[in-house]
Amino acid sequence: MPFARGSRRLKLSEMADSMTRRGDVTANESTVVLGIETSCDETAVAVVMGGGDVLSSVVASQLDEHARFGGVVPEIASRAHLEALPHVTAQAMARAGIDFGRVDAVAATVGPGLVGALLVGVAAAKATALALDVPFIGVNHLEAHLYAALLDAPDAEFPMLFVLVSGGHTMFVAMNSPHDYRVVGQTIDDAAGEAFDKVARFLGLEFPGGPAIDKAATRGNEKAIDFPRAMRNDGLDVSFSGLKTAVINYVRAHPEVSSDDVAASFQRAVVDVLVHKARRAANDCGARTIALGGGVAANTQLRRELQRAGDEAGVRVVLPSREMCTDNAAMIASAGWYRLARGETSPLDAGANPNLKLAAGQR
Amino acid sequence: MSQLQFESASPSDSARLAAAVAGVLRSRDVLLLSGDLGAGKTMFTKALCAELGVSDAVTSPTFTLVHEYRGRTLTVCHADIYRLERTAEFDDLDLDGARAAGSVLVVEWGEVLSDAFPDHLALRFAHVGDDDHRSISITAHGSSWQSRLERIAAQIGAKVMP
Repeated sequence: MPFARGSRRLKLSEMADSMTRRGDVTANESTVVLGIETSCDETAVAVVMGGGDVLSSVVASQLDEHARFGGVVPEIASRAHLEALPHVTAQAMARAGIDFGRVDAVAATVGPGLVGALLVGVAAAKATALALDVPFIGVNHLEAHLYAALLDAPDAEFPMLFVLVSGGHTMFVAMNSPHDYRVVGQTIDDAAGEAFDKVARFLGLEFPGGPAIDKAATRGNEKAIDFPRAMRNDGLDVSFSGLKTAVINYVRAHPEVSSDDVAASFQRAVVDVLVHKARRAANDCGARTIALGGGVAANTQLRRELQRAGDEAGVRVVLPSREMCTDNAAMIASAGWYRLARGETSPLDAGANPNLKLAAGQR
Repeated sequence: MSQLQFESASPSDSARLAAAVAGVLRSRDVLLLSGDLGAGKTMFTKALCAELGVSDAVTSPTFTLVHEYRGRTLTVCHADIYRLERTAEFDDLDLDGARAAGSVLVVEWGEVLSDAFPDHLALRFAHVGDDDHRSISITAHGSSWQSRLERIAAQIGAKVMP
């Protein structure tokens, strides 16, 4: 362990007791949180000061891009996280230019995700917290995505509508403040990013599917095929499974169709649905800001159309940087800071919760 | 190893099959689902979970890999292993652990796990034509499924072939 410092004689249970009390820890602008993310494919570590100042943010895949982008195989194996974590942690500390003595708390994703993968990050975070004698903070991965938006736009005004569109999730979250939020709509079947990936796979486009569709769509005619916009007038939930099947059925019936036209028409349908629902959700919650997050936030047309919708409605649109679109640990550290600021820490006997949901945040 | 064939003209037909399967389901059962993209694996799982009294939205686990749902009496562990290739990663999903805890396993692209779970019901979904028509073959592997396959067949009006 590169970060062991001194030795502790407290028993774990005593340690846990001393850390579940609320109000004995605070967070301010100089509070440094080390964040660890190992919920699924990525091993990531970041150092964030004051909740918003990212001193470093390292994702394992960035260190070995060639090996990672060759195929669809994710590095979810606990062993892969275990091997990468010390290296990624050392990189994050080196890039932040601080030593472990400066770390005030350690945050890790406790769910949702894969239990084996989560436990690697949780165990490392708890061990580090114990060794440094600082609080451990368990973070909900989905809640952390909300804070990713604030990292990009710290001056964004509330109420805010957060649109999370990734491979695993598609949800609309109304936020009145960083702690006060509720999910107002979500996918009832496939996530938007998953629909992109599956349609790309079906069309034989390269991996990853999102950028491949984005690129093919620029060459195609988005009006070529009128794919269905499911649940358009049906509350704020969305559905993309039927659209995926419609694309597959259409191509089976018209094998000669141009893949570019299919990609363009499919992408248009997804973007139409997302922007339409985002506009309605923003209106419902009186949003002054719409923020986009998740891997699909990199899609060119979605960014353009959401910006246009915001401009028309007089609402600021926060489009995330590439780093903040995908899973990272800066958002975990930031979420940890916000929890710490409310005096919330986690006991050292806290485990991982693979099925954690994004419940409504408390005021 | 007996088998039955079911022609589904629409998602509601598939839901009827899911209801028949749900009717004979027990704790620790394993369902291995296979078939191309859009063939109806997730849709079948949604219908199955609805039948078991799951109130949460059942969404595709392609990216998130494993979801767990609590029904009235059974818990369903819904996995998609399309993205996995190495056995070390199957272990990471802890499907054995979920099953040991009593969950029913429903695994999409699960054919490769046939040897790992000798006792299972295999459901293979195939597109027919270019609409919602699907041909679904259901195969009983292991003794516990043989008699139950007869009950599923009776429920959906199909015939078991030896």
